[in-house]
Amino acid sequence: MTSGSDSDALRLKGITKIFGGVKALDAVDFDVRAGEVHCLAGENGCGKSTLIKVVTGVYRPESAEEISLFGQTLSAITPVQARAKGVSVIWQDLALFPNMSVAENIAFDTLVGARPRGVPFAKMHAAAAEALARLGVTLDLHAPLETLPIAQRQVVAIARALMNDARLIFMDEPTASLTQSETDRLLDIVRKLSADGVAVVFVSHRLAEVLDISSRVTVLRDGKLVGVYPTEGMTQAKLGELMTGHLLESTVSARAATGPVVFEAKGLSVPGQFENIDLTIRAGEVVGLTGLIGAGRTELAHAMIGMTRAQGTMTLLGKPYRPASLRDAIARGLAYVSEDRLSLGLLQKQSIADNAAISVLHKLLDRFGLIAPAKKDALIRDWVKRLGIKIGAPENPIATLSGGNQQKVVLAKWLATEPKLLILDSPTVGVDVGARAGIFRIVRELADQGLAILLISDEASEVLYNSDRILHMAGGQIRHSYDPRQTTIQALEAAIYA
Amino acid sequence: MSAFITRLRQNLGTETFGLLILLAVMVTVFSLASPRFLTAANFGSMGYQAPLLGLLTLAMLGPMISGGINLAIIFLANISGLTFAWVMLQFGGAEAGLPAIFMGAVAAMAVGAAAGALEGAVIAFVGAHPILVSLAMMIFLRGLGEFLTKGGDISGFPDVVGALGHGAIFGFPLPLLLFLIVALVWHVLFSRSRHGFATYMVGSNIRAAEYSGLPTKRTLITIYALSGLVCAIAGILMLARFNSVRVGHGEAMLLVTVLAIFLGGIDPFGGKGRVAPVILAILILQILSSGLNLIGANQHLATAVWGLFLIAVMILRSGRLAALIPFRKD
Amino acid sequence: MRNLMKNRQIETRIFIALAAICIFLSLATDTFLTLGNLTSLLNNSSVNLIWAVGLLVVLIAGGIDISFAVATSVVQYVAAKFLIGIGGGNWLLGFIACGMVGISLGLINAALIHGFRIISIVVTIATFNAFFGLLMFFTRGRSIYNLPDWWIDRIALFEHQSADGAWSQLMMPVAVMVVCVIATWVLIQRTNLGRQIYAFGDNPEGARRAGVNLALMQALAYGWMGLMAGIAALMQVNIVQEVVPNALYGRELDVLAAVVLGGARLGGGKGTVLGAVLGVMFVAVTQNGLNLLGISPFAFKMIIGAAILVAISTSNMNLGGLVATRKEGAK
Repeated sequence: MTSGSDSDALRLKGITKIFGGVKALDAVDFDVRAGEVHCLAGENGCGKSTLIKVVTGVYRPESAEEISLFGQTLSAITPVQARAKGVSVIWQDLALFPNMSVAENIAFDTLVGARPRGVPFAKMHAAAAEALARLGVTLDLHAPLETLPIAQRQVVAIARALMNDARLIFMDEPTASLTQSETDRLLDIVRKLSADGVAVVFVSHRLAEVLDISSRVTVLRDGKLVGVYPTEGMTQAKLGELMTGHLLESTVSARAATGPVVFEAKGLSVPGQFENIDLTIRAGEVVGLTGLIGAGRTELAHAMIGMTRAQGTMTLLGKPYRPASLRDAIARGLAYVSEDRLSLGLLQKQSIADNAAISVLHKLLDRFGLIAPAKKDALIRDWVKRLGIKIGAPENPIATLSGGNQQKVVLAKWLATEPKLLILDSPTVGVDVGARAGIFRIVRELADQGLAILLISDEASEVLYNSDRILHMAGGQIRHSYDPRQTTIQALEAAIYA
Repeated sequence: MSAFITRLRQNLGTETFGLLILLAVMVTVFSLASPRFLTAANFGSMGYQAPLLGLLTLAMLGPMISGGINLAIIFLANISGLTFAWVMLQFGGAEAGLPAIFMGAVAAMAVGAAAGALEGAVIAFVGAHPILVSLAMMIFLRGLGEFLTKGGDISGFPDVVGALGHGAIFGFPLPLLLFLIVALVWHVLFSRSRHGFATYMVGSNIRAAEYSGLPTKRTLITIYALSGLVCAIAGILMLARFNSVRVGHGEAMLLVTVLAIFLGGIDPFGGKGRVAPVILAILILQILSSGLNLIGANQHLATAVWGLFLIAVMILRSGRLAALIPFRKD
Repeated sequence: MRNLMKNRQIETRIFIALAAICIFLSLATDTFLTLGNLTSLLNNSSVNLIWAVGLLVVLIAGGIDISFAVATSVVQYVAAKFLIGIGGGNWLLGFIACGMVGISLGLINAALIHGFRIISIVVTIATFNAFFGLLMFFTRGRSIYNLPDWWIDRIALFEHQSADGAWSQLMMPVAVMVVCVIATWVLIQRTNLGRQIYAFGDNPEGARRAGVNLALMQALAYGWMGLMAGIAALMQVNIVQEVVPNALYGRELDVLAAVVLGGARLGGGKGTVLGAVLGVMFVAVTQNGLNLLGISPFAFKMIIGAAILVAISTSNMNLGGLVATRKEGAK
């Protein structure tokens, strides 16, 4: 015990880390108390992950005024020290082994090492069962991990961290792919850990769910510390301001929709997914569809775009509409922005230009039926200008763009098909708070130009501020319709999380 | 000017320049080593030898850009050649007329394309791995061919057919001409056509391609059907070159085509790569083989050098030469 | 048991298919279910099975190996030259020589794959050409016949003469094969190193973060494949009693097809010894059955190819593999 108070799990002062002349961390202070639940917030690229990597010893900071871990002052943390001291990170991708059993995943560290030895299956099972018991969870220890839903895999990852006697756990975007009830269960586990004296740091840029169980939040922006705040009285909006550094306008933009009906569904059902859905979307209207993950929102969208066959009737511009496939739906004037931009929305390996052109190749042909480079260039230039996309060269890989700009390319790809109805499924996932406003500004402009838009989101604020009408979906049914001008965020959240 | 170079780079692929330098170095080395290297006779014989490997490599190219592989190419070529031979034999063998030859060629290409399309359909609709599907197809076609020919040779074709394998137009070898035409078509196919575009997209992420509205299943079937079609052309050329058909002819070329494709800088995971560097790679392999032959080595040494050469190029490309101690800890 | 069937679907399916074929052949022919036939089936499959379990480890580690069959030829030739050179040698020296040369060839693959981050299919196609070309160049394609007696003496483990005078024998390569199969099972199921190979093939980045030594994993997988190739070399010579440089060329793809048919996944993390053995035996029994049914040998391959095509078309095994984006493992 050389410095720091007894209750400090981690104390960092004046940490600076430089990559190629850029300060990824600029004299950042960060401290976590033992048993505390702490939030580390900031936009992508603010230095969150760099900070975690300094704490876990992956990076060595260029300069540091103080580093102390559980009361011991160190000049720098090495991976071995971090592990020995009980620092553990649960990465967003969990870093687990899908084909191995739950027990092997939890007790994997007993297997690591170059010295050959037998596998102590009994010991591993006992240890895994004990770790799960500490979390108050029972799982089939023999089941291959891949048979478990994502929420249970996360529990496995936490149990694995506990096996290392973790006393300080970082969770990287832990709630990103969880439903509300799964998130609640995760929070229960975190409370249990906290009561056991384990400090938990949530690292996220989407903190609504975890704010109320945390005691403090540290905000980073551009590699600098913005401040450390108590979470009491902290709102998502205030946090957004702190993270982006500017005031975010959040005003209701709803208007009465008067355009002709573009899309209508009556009694739409897919057994086991959703039932008896009536839905009308007018030209120039943004219909917000909210509800928890698993409510049937994405499934409804899939039926609308012909990915699944639904019972009931649909009409598009007054004509019967029964898409046989996604291609058919696209040809009829639908466009679908998938919630999974990383693996379904874009082809990460390909260029910006090819990602934008993929949906409208038939419009880019020359008289020989070949793709005309000039037409392709013109298409890209046009959309880059119209949507204000920030790109280097169109030939650069799409992966070089930020989340917000990638999403704008997705929009461009679909708008180029001149759709009648645009379905946006969670369009701000992985998009920084600052860039979200830009996306919604485009959505509003498109509606003004007469496009019918279905906006799916599990964030109440997004649908409240950006749609003309809100539908709440739960258990495969549309429960209620709200007028954004006559409801509040509290009322909406109460209905969603009821 | 720089815009022109950018365009050129885009069309030909970034690998082209490095390979061109390699090519120049090799030509220089071999011309110094053997006085017979820089002669019309040597280049003439290369012009007859390279096209077969070249065509088979082009047949392998589409599947590899789409993230797959077609291990059945040799036997697709054999079966197509067999079809060609069978049609000609029906019309009198050596006495078969031009219409029969034409019909035979069409039938051969139809068989090649159909067998390829079947592979593509299994890959597209079952979702099985292309290695496994094409391997099964390879074993099947080899068996079918051996069953039909009882393991023997078929020969006795009209002289016109032989001319395709050995003839020349204004001194330009016919097989080379055939290869260059197919290569040009392939270059346009992969750089400018919708099918080529879709092939790259399927190769980088098939589900995202599907969600973007591309006809992924049709694309896969077409990729393997076109592969089978080029195999058939190779099969016809093989028949013309050897003046006989035998199942197993050219078997040694199977993995050499994959080698040429990797040498040409195609991404082993699919989605990236151009036609031009692959053509250069074939040229390099042929020059290595002919050059070594001239300085007294045999084809087996050339095969070994091909393998070592690929390793050397991959090491250079990996940019990890600094890691001279291979098993250093990361 | 039900759990086992759920977790081992592919193995269960191929086991049922194999059992069905065996039952059919037992009823359709009087020769299939005889001691003589079953023993010769095992004798003839032993080299393929030794290769198969070696290849399985490489596939589990997320790699692929095309070079093992020609590596076996190289081992045979080098070991034969060495043993003849020292005046004959004996089984122990033979095992050591073949094992060491085999492991060395495997480690060449591992070093290239790990040291330069080159994907395994590229490396092993390159080494396939290099090994085979060099072997043919130096041997000029000539076979070796004057092998030491101990090497080519047939050792029967079990002999039985039935009432009609037909001999059935189980030869030594079968025993060696059984040892290799069991050793591989122990390695990948019962040792920490084997479990790390699974983990590495399953999620290379996760394994790296957990502290698994990736270089060691690659060395172990390809080294084991090399060792199996070495042992296969020793046994192949014992069976055919000669060293022919190009005799094994082309066998690699047949073994690969059989192992993948048995549930090993191209891309890593999945596969069992049981599945690999069943895959090889499925092909072997089919071929044997066609032979007994009096079908022209020229039709064997055709029917086997068709059987594999049907097998993969009817089972919906979604074998993610080369297409899947892998960062560290295969590279």
